[in-house]
Amino acid sequence: MAKASGLKAKPKKGSDLLYDLKHNKFLMLMLLPGILFFVVFSYLPMIGILIAFQDFSAAKGILGSKFIGFENFRFFLGSPDSFRVTFNTLFLNVLFILSSMIVSILIALMLSEVNNKWFKKGTQSLVILPHFISWAVIGLLAEAFLSSDTGYINRMLQVFGMEQISFYKDAALWPGILTFLNIWQGAGFGSIVYLAAITGIDQEIYEAARIDGSTKIQSIWYITLPLLKSTAVLLLIMSVGKIFNGNFGMIYALVGGNTLLYPTTDIIDTYVYRQLMELGDLGMSSAVGLYQSVLSFIMVNIANWITRRLSPESAIY
Amino acid sequence: MKRKIYFGDRLFTIICHVLLALFALICLFPFLLVISASFTDEYTLLWEGYKLFPSKLSTSAYQLVMQTSQLGSGYLVTIFITVAGTAASLLVTSMMSYALSVKKLKIRNKVAFFVYFTMLFSGGMVANYLMVVKYLHLKDNLLVYILPALVSPWNMMLLRNFFATIPESLAESAKIDGANDMTILMKIVLPIAKPGLVTIGLFYALSYWNEWFKAMMYMDKENLITLQYLIMKILRNINFANTVAGSVGVSVNVPTYTSRMATLVVTIGPIVFLYPFLQKYFVKGLTVGGVKG
Repeated sequence: MAKASGLKAKPKKGSDLLYDLKHNKFLMLMLLPGILFFVVFSYLPMIGILIAFQDFSAAKGILGSKFIGFENFRFFLGSPDSFRVTFNTLFLNVLFILSSMIVSILIALMLSEVNNKWFKKGTQSLVILPHFISWAVIGLLAEAFLSSDTGYINRMLQVFGMEQISFYKDAALWPGILTFLNIWQGAGFGSIVYLAAITGIDQEIYEAARIDGSTKIQSIWYITLPLLKSTAVLLLIMSVGKIFNGNFGMIYALVGGNTLLYPTTDIIDTYVYRQLMELGDLGMSSAVGLYQSVLSFIMVNIANWITRRLSPESAIY
Repeated sequence: MKRKIYFGDRLFTIICHVLLALFALICLFPFLLVISASFTDEYTLLWEGYKLFPSKLSTSAYQLVMQTSQLGSGYLVTIFITVAGTAASLLVTSMMSYALSVKKLKIRNKVAFFVYFTMLFSGGMVANYLMVVKYLHLKDNLLVYILPALVSPWNMMLLRNFFATIPESLAESAKIDGANDMTILMKIVLPIAKPGLVTIGLFYALSYWNEWFKAMMYMDKENLITLQYLIMKILRNINFANTVAGSVGVSVNVPTYTSRMATLVVTIGPIVFLYPFLQKYFVKGLTVGGVKG
């Protein structure tokens, strides 16, 4: 420790750490539990990546199991499942990201047009509410609407003399249903950030535009939307980084083990889970998990690279 | 100053109000439907389907649900992990966030990246499972709900941004007056950061309250599962019944329609009731922490 202060001219690697240990003991102590947490629950499990290259058996452990190179990956990438789950993950996420972004912005725009405080607070409370409900609960709510015999929608169709729809047997309907549910659950919550950005815009700009004879729609189109662009781009880039991470809770709750719906709803995350819990294939499950991590890692870097070119101050690193 | 009011503007405002009201109604409607279904007579529900105003009411579903032992233990487990977990998470997260927001700490950017990296890359489901079950021996232990979820990197970053908005001059002037780090934290920083802490606390509380995945992965003992997993189990039974629907009517495992809905209402009740009181805090906290000046 004495060394660090003595060698001021040549800052050594790690000298920051020594400096902090000496001068910021209290702050370092506060960091300790958090760092310990990330080491145990995030960094140590990263060793588990090795399992992806093994014919893993729990009895032998990571050290004892046989290494088989890229065999697990070859098996997964060679199966027709790999394209299906990758495509579904990507396709559903693109639908989710774009649709909820558009609806979030629309809600924020509409909320900003409301002057009545009571109406504004009331509607805002209601549109945010579904965000606080777990997917398990949403799954059960969806069931009340979609089931064939007692479901609300099918009863309504019956009233109007229309044919029933077997929602839980028709895979083609599900990208739409999931997108709707995703908007229902998250768009209101997502609007909070946009509304904050709109509220932060200088009111004098609008006043000036109004004097020049601009209508409200023109003001939104030429003033509000351009000013929301940076917020929207930042959030978009952050979600692009997570585009290969499917929403496991959502799919598991709404689709579960319904194999009829797999063609459009089976995602990488549910596939990994099935390999692990139902088939007990740890090596394969790890390999698919790693495949997903690598894809995500590439996406994050691409997204960050684009951000740095567009607006360097919002880049993540 | 002359202000023109266009007819189009008035129409636009009206349309905004109508659409907002409509979306709010769509958000509310499923809840209303479920509440009314839970108070519907079982046969009426089967006969008429889900209805906002059923023709025959009954409270028998709630009587049945209250007798289910799993609901009681589920509630206890869920309340315990929500209270204990939120307290522990808030403590560890706020300590870390605060330390990383202080500029004099030299390694703060390195530690921030150390945390950020865990959002990008993880060992995966299998490795986490092995860590928890094989090395920490937390299977069938209530701690499994709390420990692996102690710090959320996202919440930590959000709170750090919140702490960073507190002017450093406040801490400096206190320092000149002879306050140490601990006093500065307790007397100056924490009181100012209250909206941020409430927001993050609420996020943690919600994720603990909505926990089901860990119950599915790590709990074999029925009396240690959470409320949400109870709902998930009910749902899985229905899913199963749906795939074979037609051949079998109602499987023995599937609870009756109305008691299912009553379970749902009992589960989401506390959130829906508490939520309006907490809303103003998290809207404020999220806005300050999430948007850069």
